[in-house]
Amino acid sequence: MELLFGGCGVFAALDAVLLARIQFALCVIFHFLFVPLSIGLGLFVALAETRYYKTKDPKDRARTMFWAKIFTTTFVIGVATGITMEFSFGTNWANYSRYVGDIFGAPLAAEALLSFFLESVFLGIVLFARDKIAPKLYLVSAWLVWFGSALSALWILIANSWMQTPAGYQDLGTKAEITDFWGAALNPSTVARYLHTVDSVIILASFCVMAIGAYYLLRKRNLDDGARFIKTGLTIGIITVILMLPFAHMQATVVAEQQPAKLAAMEGQWEDGPADMMLFGWVNEETQTTTGLGIPGFTSFLASFDTSTVYPGLNTTANAVDFSSGKYSGVKADSYKGGNPPVNITFQAYHLMVALYALLIIWLIIAGITLKGINKAKKPSKLALYLMIFGPLIPFLCIQAGWMVAEIGRQPWVVYNLLETAKGVSPVVSAPELLITIVLFVLFYLILFIAWLRIVLGQIKKGPQVDGKAEAPKVIEIEDAAVPAVAASEGGE
Amino acid sequence: MGAILTTGSAMHDGLAILWFLLIAVLILGYFILDGFDLGAGVLYPFVAKKDNEKALVRRAIGPLWDGNEVWLLTGGGALFAAFAPAYATSFSGFYLAIMLVLFGLIFRAVAVEYRDRDTKWKKFWDGAFFIGSFLPALLFGAAVGNCIAGVALVGAGSTAHLAAGLAVGDYVGGFFSLLNPFALLCAIMGLVAFITQGAAWLALKAPVGSEVHQRAVKFRSLFNIIELVVFVLLSAFFLLFVLPTFDGRSGMLFAYVFAGVFILGWIVARLFMNKGNDLMSFLASNLIPIALIGITAASLFPNLIPAAANPEGVVTYFFLPGQDIVADSITIFSAANSQLCLTAMTIITCIGLPLVLVYHVIIYRTFRGRIKEEDLVEY
Repeated sequence: MELLFGGCGVFAALDAVLLARIQFALCVIFHFLFVPLSIGLGLFVALAETRYYKTKDPKDRARTMFWAKIFTTTFVIGVATGITMEFSFGTNWANYSRYVGDIFGAPLAAEALLSFFLESVFLGIVLFARDKIAPKLYLVSAWLVWFGSALSALWILIANSWMQTPAGYQDLGTKAEITDFWGAALNPSTVARYLHTVDSVIILASFCVMAIGAYYLLRKRNLDDGARFIKTGLTIGIITVILMLPFAHMQATVVAEQQPAKLAAMEGQWEDGPADMMLFGWVNEETQTTTGLGIPGFTSFLASFDTSTVYPGLNTTANAVDFSSGKYSGVKADSYKGGNPPVNITFQAYHLMVALYALLIIWLIIAGITLKGINKAKKPSKLALYLMIFGPLIPFLCIQAGWMVAEIGRQPWVVYNLLETAKGVSPVVSAPELLITIVLFVLFYLILFIAWLRIVLGQIKKGPQVDGKAEAPKVIEIEDAAVPAVAASEGGE
Repeated sequence: MGAILTTGSAMHDGLAILWFLLIAVLILGYFILDGFDLGAGVLYPFVAKKDNEKALVRRAIGPLWDGNEVWLLTGGGALFAAFAPAYATSFSGFYLAIMLVLFGLIFRAVAVEYRDRDTKWKKFWDGAFFIGSFLPALLFGAAVGNCIAGVALVGAGSTAHLAAGLAVGDYVGGFFSLLNPFALLCAIMGLVAFITQGAAWLALKAPVGSEVHQRAVKFRSLFNIIELVVFVLLSAFFLLFVLPTFDGRSGMLFAYVFAGVFILGWIVARLFMNKGNDLMSFLASNLIPIALIGITAASLFPNLIPAAANPEGVVTYFFLPGQDIVADSITIFSAANSQLCLTAMTIITCIGLPLVLVYHVIIYRTFRGRIKEEDLVEY
C-alpha cells in the first residue's frame, strides 16, 4: 500500500493500531446488535412451533412464521457481518493470528462446521419447506436452528474466553502452542461466560417479544397475539433474569480470581484491600481517585464470601505482580505482567450494566402487572404499554455495556497477560487502508441497519397473518374475548 | 527459494498433508455448491427480466445459498486452524481485495433475503445481488492465480522490512501487483466457471419452456464454450511463463491428470447439454470445479503461498521488488499448526463432516425438482 499512499503525509500521523481497534470495535458492536437478537428469537420460533405442533391452531402457525420471518431478517445481518469478523483476524490482526492460530483457529473452524451448517441448512427448511416435509421433521428443524445458533455461541465464546483466561498452552514467544485441548477449550472463564452470554440474549429476545405484544395491545389489534407474546416473553424473561444472578456471579468470580486488574478497574479500586461494591461513582484517572457511594467489602464478599479478602488495587496491577505470596488470597492467577485498562470507561460500563439489570426487573414487574390486568379483562395502562415497547433498549444497552467491560477491561492485552493488543495488528495494513475501510463499513452498515429497521418494523406492523390460502389449513375463528384462555395455557412451555 | 523443510515428524507431516487436502475439499465444496448460486447472481440481470422471473432465480437458490456459503467460512476457519501463518499472510496481504470480496458477500447475503421483503428498495437489492455475486466470483480466481504464481514475501533476511515492523512471511507486493496478467486470466477462468455453473443450475431449476429456462440454456452453452477457450489460453500462459519459475513443487503430475478431468468434464457436460439433459449436464459440469481445484492444489503442493521465485522474472514483472526480499515460501510444513491442534481438528472434522453431508442430502432432497408456480406464491 506504500505504493498508493506512500507520499501522503497526512496519513502518516494516523495510528494504525488505534484505527484497527476502532474498526474492530465498530464491526463487532454492530454484529452483536443482531446476533443476540437472532439467537434469542430462535428460541421463540422453536417454542411457537412446538405450540403449533400440539394445537394445530392456524393462529399458532401464523405466529411461528411471524417469528421465523423476524428471525431471518435479523439472522442474515448477523451472518453477513459475521463474515467480517472471521476475516478480520487475518486482515487486521495478522500478528495476533500468527500468535494464537494454534488455539484460536480451531473453535472458529468448528463453529462453521458444527454450527453454521446446522443453522443455515435447517433455516432453509423452516422458511421454505413448511408443506414439503412432515410436521414432526419441521418441528425438529426449528429446534435444530436454535440448537445450531446456541452451539455457535459456545464455540466463539470458547475462543474469546481463551483470550481472557488463556489455559492449556505453552508460550513459544512467537506463538502460543496448544498443549491440552480440553484445558484450552474449558479454560477458567468459558462456562461462566457462555451461560452469562446465552442467558443475556434470551433476556433480550423476551423483551423484544413483550414489546411487540405491547405494541399490538396499544394499537388495539392482534389482541390475542399481543397477550400471548407478553405472556410468553414474560415467562421466559422472568426465568432468564433470575438465572442471570448465579451466572453473573460466576463470571464476576472468575474475573476476581483470574483478571485482578479488570476487577480493580470495574470498581475503581486504586489501593490494595477488600473490594467495595460501588453503587455509582466517577474515576479520576489523573489523580488516581474514585469518588462515589459504595458498600465496603461487598465485592470481596460476592467473589469469596468474605468481606475482608484483599484484592490488588490498580496501583499494584499497574506493575508486575506475583500472586504466590498469599497476600491476595482471592486471586487464583499465579502472576500478572502489569498494565491497567482505561479505568473510568470500564467502571462506568460495569455500573451501567448493573443499573440496567435493575431496570430489567422493574420492567418485568410492569409487564407482570399488565398481564394480570389483561387476564382479568381490564384495559392495560397506556403508559405501561409504552414503557414495554421501549423495553428492549434496556437489554440491548446492557449487553453492549457488559461486553465493553469484558473487552476494554482486559486491555492492554489482546490475549490476557500474553500478547499486547498493539502487537497483534497486521504490519502490512496501513492507516489509510484502515481509514478507507472504516468509512466504507460505517456507510454500508448504516444502509444495512436502515434496511433491517424498515423491514422489521414492516413485519411487525403486518403481524402474524392467518390467510386462507389453498395450502393453509382451514381458519378457525377465535374471538378476541378468548384472549385470557389462550394466554393462560402458554406457561407449560 | 530454500529447500522444503518438513516439520520433523512423520505424523505431523502426514497431518499437514491431510489438512492441505481437506482444505482443498472444503474449497471445492464451496466452488461446487456456492459456485452455482454466485453464478446465478452474476447472470441474474441477464437471465431474468420480469419480476416473477427474478423471483424464480432467487427462489432457485433461496433455501440453499446460506448453507453453501458456510463452506467458505469453514474453509477460512480451517486455514486459520491448520495453517495460521498462511491465513494471516493472505488475508492481511491481499487486504483491499479481501475487503472487496467481503463487501460483496455481505451485500449479496442481505440482498437475497431482503429483496422480497423490501419492494421499495428492490432496484437497490437487485443491484446489490448482482455486484455482490460478481465481485467474489471474479476475485477468488485472482487470489488463486497469485498464490500459484508466487508473491513477494518478507524473508528472514529482509532486514529493512523487519526493521520496519513487518513479520517474516508478510506480503509486500502491494495491491496493483496482484493484478498481473496470470492472475487476471485466473480471475476470468473462475468467473466463467461460476457463471457456467450458475447457468447449468438455473437450467435445472427453472420450469421447462419458461423464458428463464431458455435463456439459462443459451448462457450455459455460450459460457461452456468460453470456459474451454479461457482454459486453453490459461494453460498455455501457465506452461510458457509460470511453470518455468517453479521450484520444488512436487505435485505437477497430478495437475496434468486434473487437466484431463477438465477436458473429460467439458465433453460430457457438452454431450448432455446437446441432448437437453439438464440434470446430467449440471452434474457433469461439476467435474470442472473438481479439475480446477485439483490443478490448483497440485501446482501449489507443498506450498500454500509460494514466494515469487524471481521477483524480476516474467510472471512477476508487475512487482516492484525491494532488494532484500529473500523469502522462503509458506509451505504446509512451515505453516502447519502443532500436531495436537491438527489432531484435534481432524477429530472434530470426523464428527462434523459426515453430519454436514447428511444435512446437505436432506436439504437438496427436500428442494429437489424444478421450481413450481406455487413455490413462488408461498415465498
